[in-house]
Amino acid sequence: MTTDPLLFTYTLRLGDDALILAQRLSEWASRAPEIEEDIALTNIALDLLGQARVLLDYAGKVEGAGRDEDDLAYLRTEPEFLNVHLVEQENGDFAHTIARQLFFSTYQLALYEELISSKDDVLAGVAAKGVKEAAYHRDHAQQWTLRLGDGTEESHRRMQAAVDRFWPFTPELFESDEVTRALAARGIGVDPSVLRPRWEQAIDDVLREATLRKPELIWASYGGRRGVHTECFGYLLAEMQYLHRLHPDASW
Amino acid sequence: MAADDPTAAGLDELTARFEATIAANERIEPRDWMPDGYRQTLIRQIAQHAHSEIIGMQPEANWITRAPSLLRKAILLAKVQDEAGHGLYLYAAAETLGVSRAELFELLHNRKQKYSSIFNYPTLTWADVGAIGWLVDGAAITNQVPLCRCSYGPYARAMIRICKEESFHQRQGFDILYRLSHGTPAQHEMAQDAVNRWWWPSLMMFGPPDDQSPHTAQSMAWGIKRFTNDELRQKFVDMIVPQAAVLGLTLPDPQLRWNPERGHYDFGPIDWSEFYRVISGGGPCNEQRLRHRIEAYTAGAWVREAAAAYAAKHGQRTAA
Repeated sequence: MTTDPLLFTYTLRLGDDALILAQRLSEWASRAPEIEEDIALTNIALDLLGQARVLLDYAGKVEGAGRDEDDLAYLRTEPEFLNVHLVEQENGDFAHTIARQLFFSTYQLALYEELISSKDDVLAGVAAKGVKEAAYHRDHAQQWTLRLGDGTEESHRRMQAAVDRFWPFTPELFESDEVTRALAARGIGVDPSVLRPRWEQAIDDVLREATLRKPELIWASYGGRRGVHTECFGYLLAEMQYLHRLHPDASW
Repeated sequence: MAADDPTAAGLDELTARFEATIAANERIEPRDWMPDGYRQTLIRQIAQHAHSEIIGMQPEANWITRAPSLLRKAILLAKVQDEAGHGLYLYAAAETLGVSRAELFELLHNRKQKYSSIFNYPTLTWADVGAIGWLVDGAAITNQVPLCRCSYGPYARAMIRICKEESFHQRQGFDILYRLSHGTPAQHEMAQDAVNRWWWPSLMMFGPPDDQSPHTAQSMAWGIKRFTNDELRQKFVDMIVPQAAVLGLTLPDPQLRWNPERGHYDFGPIDWSEFYRVISGGGPCNEQRLRHRIEAYTAGAWVREAAAAYAAKHGQRTAA
């Protein structure tokens, strides 16, 4: 396979988003408010992990340096990960996890809907399968946003706090740069800025129905796409990578 | 209807019909009359089985975030998810006997009902995930396959679905250990250490020896149990010893050897004092497992209340 640095970066970004959110969601296993939610959250984690594996495997091939999905997941350092800040944020309470998921799945669904027509067969394939998964994830997050927002006083307060907390991490989802613009021009990738109106419309509708207030944007967190992360990310990687790094010659 | 006839004559007839159903190897269904002792025994057994699935998620979930490859992480996530699903089937089966899931949770949380002793042991290395799959799920299958023919229909049907998935889990556990055992020296050592720690607790999963198991005779007469604890334990040992040879791992029992006269493996004595200590709350993780479970449930109360409040407002079925 010929090397294509832009496609490598683009694929890695999508794969890292899925991988890191899967890692966060899997922290919920055995801790959910209901057994049904234990199943739902691990199910979403598993879908995302499946997407991540295909994307990282492909990124490795595009790069042409012989790295496989595990090399990319386990042997990169923090600045080499290109996921958005939103997905690396800690789980918090159930409302925080739901708010993060609502924002991300709504974005990912819009992205995959566009990416289905990518000229790159692998990305189009990931999107075709992922669009069904993202639709389910979004529906799950949306249903819970309604229940928490329009449930009890306490749940309303917690859901609003969660929406407020993660709002500053949403503009990064739509950040475009030379990578996304170049790949969009080649008909391979999606310039995320085009997804923003659809995302805002969907989120506005959900927040309104859930009796929640749309937050003001006081600051916005950027940098993940360039490998500049938030403080919590190093801990996530330390936990995820330690065993693999401890046994460099091993296969599992 | 005769089923509600409170007179002694009616009761005799109902008992006779119940016993005839059991004798014919037919299934008792939720709407059938059943002796109160049968109902209570099943509630206890199915609930404790369900609790074991739910508590049993913890030792394995402990390693999801640290799984050493993405494939292993995906397999482990799917497995823990299956366990939650098994818990749901089993709580649903218990509910057909007239108890609610919420009541059963309360009994678990108040230590009035138990879960399998095995989940009170810690998962200290990645190899423990393999040992749990191979030994613990292997013991569970040995125990559970006969339950697919249990006299109570909902339990038997739940077990058929569960056993299929458990067999798959056991193979996965074996596969993890095989890779470790045939990997680097450090990996091999990790695998052997895990098997050393999980072997005896796995044998204890079959319960006390037959002469100390007061419920066995009645459960066998009712068609709930098909084999005694010691019979099942022997089946398990006979199944596992050849598998250990394939793995290239040893079992930590100097007395373990083939007995051609019995046609079975002989094995050394089990430390029953440890078993009784663990089931009475004195194992290494009893306190931690229950606290983890109660904290998750308590921390989620506001979520369940929100779902109920939303359902009430919007005229839908309540979530709880």
